Amino acid sequence: MSDVSAQIEAVTPGAVVAEFTHVGELTVEVRKERIVEACRALRDGPGQFALLSDVTCADFPDEPGRFRMAYHLASIQTGSRVRLRAWAGALEPEIESVTSVWPGANWMEREVYDQFGVRFAGHPDLCRILNPLDWSGHPLRRDYPIGGEEVQFTDAV
Amino acid sequence: MSTTDPRTENFPLAAESREAIEGALREDRALTPTERVIAGVEAYTPEEAAERTLANEMLADTRPGVRQPLLINLGPNHPSTHGVLRLIVELDGEVVKEVTPVIGYLHTGIEKQCENKTWWQAITLVTRMDYLAPFANIKAYTMSVEKLLGIEVPARAEWIRVLLAEMNRLASHLVWLGTSGLELGAMSVFFYCYRERDQLLDLFEMVSGERMNHRYFQVGGCAQDLPPGFIERVRAFTDEMPKRIDEYEALLTGNPIWKDRMKGIGVLPAGDLLALGVTGPTLRAAGVPYDLRKVAPYSGYEHFEFDVPTATEGDSFARYLVRVQEMRESLRIIRQVIDGMPEGRVIADDRKVVLPPREELAYSMEALIHHFKLVSEGFTVPAGEAYAPIESPRGEMGCYVVSDGGPKPHRVHMRDPSFVNLQATAPLCKGNYLADLIAIVATLDPVMGGVDR
Amino acid sequence: MALIPPPGAPIRRTPRDDERVDWDLRDPLAAEVSKGLLTTTVEKAIAWTQTSAIWPATFGLACCSIEMMHTLSPRLDMGRFGAEFFRGTPRQSDLMIVAGRLTQKMAPVVRHIYDQMLEPKWVISMGACASTGGVFNNYAVVQGVDKILPVDVYVPGCPPRPEGLMEGIDVLRRKIGVNGQMPSSELIAQRRADRLAWEREHADELAALREVTAGHDVQQPGEPPVVEPVVAEAEAEARARAGRQGDAG
Repeated sequence: MSDVSAQIEAVTPGAVVAEFTHVGELTVEVRKERIVEACRALRDGPGQFALLSDVTCADFPDEPGRFRMAYHLASIQTGSRVRLRAWAGALEPEIESVTSVWPGANWMEREVYDQFGVRFAGHPDLCRILNPLDWSGHPLRRDYPIGGEEVQFTDAV
Repeated sequence: MSTTDPRTENFPLAAESREAIEGALREDRALTPTERVIAGVEAYTPEEAAERTLANEMLADTRPGVRQPLLINLGPNHPSTHGVLRLIVELDGEVVKEVTPVIGYLHTGIEKQCENKTWWQAITLVTRMDYLAPFANIKAYTMSVEKLLGIEVPARAEWIRVLLAEMNRLASHLVWLGTSGLELGAMSVFFYCYRERDQLLDLFEMVSGERMNHRYFQVGGCAQDLPPGFIERVRAFTDEMPKRIDEYEALLTGNPIWKDRMKGIGVLPAGDLLALGVTGPTLRAAGVPYDLRKVAPYSGYEHFEFDVPTATEGDSFARYLVRVQEMRESLRIIRQVIDGMPEGRVIADDRKVVLPPREELAYSMEALIHHFKLVSEGFTVPAGEAYAPIESPRGEMGCYVVSDGGPKPHRVHMRDPSFVNLQATAPLCKGNYLADLIAIVATLDPVMGGVDR
Repeated sequence: MALIPPPGAPIRRTPRDDERVDWDLRDPLAAEVSKGLLTTTVEKAIAWTQTSAIWPATFGLACCSIEMMHTLSPRLDMGRFGAEFFRGTPRQSDLMIVAGRLTQKMAPVVRHIYDQMLEPKWVISMGACASTGGVFNNYAVVQGVDKILPVDVYVPGCPPRPEGLMEGIDVLRRKIGVNGQMPSSELIAQRRADRLAWEREHADELAALREVTAGHDVQQPGEPPVVEPVVAEAEAEARARAGRQGDAG
């Protein structure tokens, strides 16, 4: 178990589901109910992951959890990075908002909500951000058609 | 966007107010703070405006000395908002009480489009995200794909990438300086900056064939070697440029109007900026020397000697000074690159990923097959995910790609510094004058193509 | 790399008698003026004056707007054609350069700004995205600004070189001044008026035809010969939206 997982486990035991290193990047998968505690533990812990680089999501329609959230944390002193992952759930995907830990997560989570329809509990301002406010559907879901217009010779390829 | 309501048909912002309400109603929830501001902004139809004025007059606090708050709408087409940014500003007299940025007017759906293209076709699309830093966009994307492929990039290719990325930083800062000057009334700086930017774009054109939106970096290296005569022209440029930067500084740094408009404007402590995720020159101007080229060197930045300019004031003027100093540091790096450019290949020798050399197609059947497979089907990338952060002119730009093992990306996401940095607008502007808002947004340097993607 | 002259190389200027550069000299009106005799119509005279005082609206959307700014740079200096005076408000401008991709969210705003401009007004669609949607054929981007605006000149490129935009403005100047063409906006309005007049004239025949074709899936003879941009876009949007709701739900 890496230092990062140990830090999370020390604060919220049982939060870490799995951890692995792929292409040199450390990924820690946590239970979705514990994501806020895990983030807070890493921000305040000795690893000093003070910067939330990115919050994003990827859609896996065949997986039971379907929406896989990815939180990229960085330390501004050492430059080390960790990715936290959590599955938001297929039906009514919802996960707790980390805006209480980093206010900067506000727009990133709004973007995920807009594009994937993952709801963030406790988010202060959860509404669409990129698409028009009355847009229907969530464009980055895999089952959302790309839209646009048919161009000539589309079938010829 | 459907403006089905005939009353708002010719009033797009009023239509958006309606949409805010309808969107919330459809999901059966209360309006969020942003939606409430958008719904309440004074962009009504004339009839509605008359109604609302009446209502406001009845509700107004008419005691002497009580000022009425004023909501004004800047953008999405405003000459001083750096593109299609919309800011709804609540004013008390001339002082900003609250700012609500509304974005998405340039939402192009590039991330969705990338999922429908092959890995190498997507390069063309990611270039067009942050259009002032095209090389940074491709750099982040190709780096993350290379990570997943585990492909080794030749040294010369990395050096060329560093060279072009730094030239790109110069070109981007020149646009920033020129347009910021324009927005604050310093017209001539714009002409000076664009004179040099034209020279830079000529150099880019020499390398990639296009002035902007290049597709020069490939997965595994660069598309071609540098053209003959390029290094000499870059050297001539680097010899001339420091004098040009002196010219800009002579126009601005000591200029009392420029200082009055900039000094002490838009200050936020470093801790708050960090909590908001702000990176790049904005964070460095507040005293945090966080620069990915130093903290986590990539592409061989550890070989070059350069300083990370910082300031402690954290105001607009400090951001200006940091960026100008960064231009000088970029020149330092460029000089080192062209002096020590290694020889060798410019693209990895991996036939499953990289197109075979053109001349080989004439005699090698295998090369022809590889070429055909790569162009028609594209290469496959092993399943997994990767995040590659780089230092773009505006801060940390990271590309998160997820592969399912196929020839098309499962997900491409760009962490764009403009998008995250723009969140700092509201806390930076609070308590300043409306005119200062322009200076603050100008020195934040958001690029809307990157914000909305 | 032969296209780019090395630094210090002499700049080759286009000959003075090239009509692309100095077309005013070839302009019959200008020739009349030089003879000291002027017989023309007021419209022609106004059009001629307009050609050298086109005020574009400051309207940058995306990448193309950066290249649009380059036309003002010292190297190219659009001021030579009198089109350097970018106005912050649409009410003072008579040319809209749609520079960049137009998104679904921005489209009503663009139309609104266009409506605020005073007649006569012109539109240049700059770049592939503005002209056709470019590489972005997806849910977010309007596939060509001509769906909502009458476009006078299309400038290709992604983004077009500043020289391309200058050429576009030059084409527009010739269109206005030399050829005396009316703006696309007026052209479309006039065609619409013609159509309505024709429909009024043939009202009885049309009614009879409609009776015959009622219930059949054929194009009605009364269908507009010129597609009304706004209506067509609204319809296309409604269709797309209906389809999307069905698919996404």
